[in-house]
Amino acid sequence: MFSASNSNEDIGVKTQYLQTDFLVIGGGTAGTMAGIKAKQANPNADVLILEKANIRRSGAIAMGMDGVNTAVIPGNSTPEQYVREITIANDGILDQKAVYQTGRWGFEVIQELESWGVKFQKDHEGNYDLKQVHRVGKYVLPMPEGKDLKKILTRQVKRHKVRVTNRVMATRVMVKEGRVIGAVGFDVRAGDFVVIQAKAVVLCTGACGRLGLPASGYLYGTYENPTNAGDGYSMAYHAGAELSNIECFQINPLIKDYNGPACAYVASPFGAYTANAEGNRFISCDYWSGQMMLETWKELNSGKGPVHLKMYHLDDDTISEIERVLWSNERPSRGRFHEGRGENYRTHGVEMNISEIGLCSGHSASGVWVNDKAETTVSGLYAAGDMAGVPHNYMIGAFVSGRLSGINAMDYVQGLEHVEPDQEFLDTEKARIYAPLDRPDGVPHTQVEYKLRRYVNDYLQPPKSPTKMDIGLAAFERYHESLDMMGARDPHELMRCMEVHFIRDCAEMAARASLYRKESRWGLYHYRLDYPEKNDEEWFCHANLKKNEAGEMEMFKRPVAPYIVDVNLQEEVYDVAAR
Amino acid sequence: MALATQRVDVPVIVDESKCLEKCTACIEVCPLDVLVKNPETGKAYMKYDECWFCLPCEKECPTNAITVQIPFLLR
Repeated sequence: MFSASNSNEDIGVKTQYLQTDFLVIGGGTAGTMAGIKAKQANPNADVLILEKANIRRSGAIAMGMDGVNTAVIPGNSTPEQYVREITIANDGILDQKAVYQTGRWGFEVIQELESWGVKFQKDHEGNYDLKQVHRVGKYVLPMPEGKDLKKILTRQVKRHKVRVTNRVMATRVMVKEGRVIGAVGFDVRAGDFVVIQAKAVVLCTGACGRLGLPASGYLYGTYENPTNAGDGYSMAYHAGAELSNIECFQINPLIKDYNGPACAYVASPFGAYTANAEGNRFISCDYWSGQMMLETWKELNSGKGPVHLKMYHLDDDTISEIERVLWSNERPSRGRFHEGRGENYRTHGVEMNISEIGLCSGHSASGVWVNDKAETTVSGLYAAGDMAGVPHNYMIGAFVSGRLSGINAMDYVQGLEHVEPDQEFLDTEKARIYAPLDRPDGVPHTQVEYKLRRYVNDYLQPPKSPTKMDIGLAAFERYHESLDMMGARDPHELMRCMEVHFIRDCAEMAARASLYRKESRWGLYHYRLDYPEKNDEEWFCHANLKKNEAGEMEMFKRPVAPYIVDVNLQEEVYDVAAR
Repeated sequence: MALATQRVDVPVIVDESKCLEKCTACIEVCPLDVLVKNPETGKAYMKYDECWFCLPCEKECPTNAITVQIPFLLR
């Protein structure tokens, strides 16, 4: 079927046509919740989750999660306090109404998850055992038995009769007559071209976790699940939706080489902390922010590096408890990584490094523009989870935005009819997808991806230099030529090839957005050497981008909506340097 | 285009003496879809070196036939 000599017209690619009321692209945290909530809102509606892996173990929480980081629990904190914390941590650039939703609905999410069998940590009196990791306030709620979170969600998806199609990767959203009409993609095993008509679509494909190249050189040794290649960022862009603050990169302090969390969110409530080579604190708060990353970068370059997560001062029982959590959840192979090097938390600090860049609003603020209803700027197109531009949203935010998209989409589709896809669009997209199969001896996707991501490191890794970013941008624009040389031998390789297309789009967005915002903000995330200071007069705004009528990437300012929670940013500066 | 085949040390190791021919548990759960069956032996193996060392394949294997190593470049 995929023989080398055939051109893509006669390789016999079958086309599958599907129809649904609400199409969920990506069956991770946000996607499973979007599907469930849509069916709860309207059990008669047809809801389809499209997943390129298998929803049982897909997305950022494939192997579970050890806690939730943005839990607003009545009696502990209020949505207003949470909005204030995130406003300060994100240097004032946010839509407070969208962030408020995370605080407003997070507790209901936690209660519903509990009713499904997810266990959250409680104290001796049965109260939620919240921990302080943020600068102010307790929002981290451990779930030490969270390893099967995805299995539990999968069970609920089935119970709610949400349809699931696994192993199909979407490549483009279809827009016609000013609204979303579905999506196209292909089966990554059988190779079929898949056309799905839908009245509403939510993109929830996670971060762009394969943007920069890990220092190890291993393409898939990323912090994020490497399936999350920026699919949704690219699809939203080509659908004409706005993206926001892409220059606010995701950069994380991670275990060197392993590239996963060390993880201070789990260990710091037990007394662990991030230390320099002398064993001293250099940050006052382990919560991940651009400011914290800038302090880490300074320390690494000060002669006092490397930095490490310090636990060796803790007692044996405490360390055993930390090990139990860290080695069963989220990234359970951490244990064997340390063991392989003959290292132990009792005797060694966990050496840490600054990660390569990515895009992720779950951790920073780079995402597809959404309002407080999870709507993008394209009618009928929603975005949720890590890729939706709600700053510092983490897993609770993904559940909440998935929920919002599901409920609101059910309202939106009322009375809508399906629209026939444009045949010319389908032909063009089919030709684009299958082109690498015409070149089975073309350059392997691994090499094409490696070079692209090395360029990302070379030219976009902060601190950002304008000339370097100009060179990078030119390289990314020229890289279409390299994409056209890529060859694939089967549908699996084709999946990786099309992911390289997504990554290239994200690289161009990252370069253009970083060049556009002529100031420094968010600590290391957007630290420009030529404009090292924050400039509120000119840049207290969102930097948004979209594909304009001419098909060009256009940058523009979008004002920050009036705050609903008062914050005095002149007085409340986010400073986490240890004094 | 001229291509060369290179040897690569892959992270996922399958003990063929334990791997069940009719079972596809590991193949179904892999997020990166890197595991397939050898059509001649019916045993699973890692066909594509694209591993997140995330462990669902190892955890879901009913016979403990799978061992996931940290990829050599990171180890």
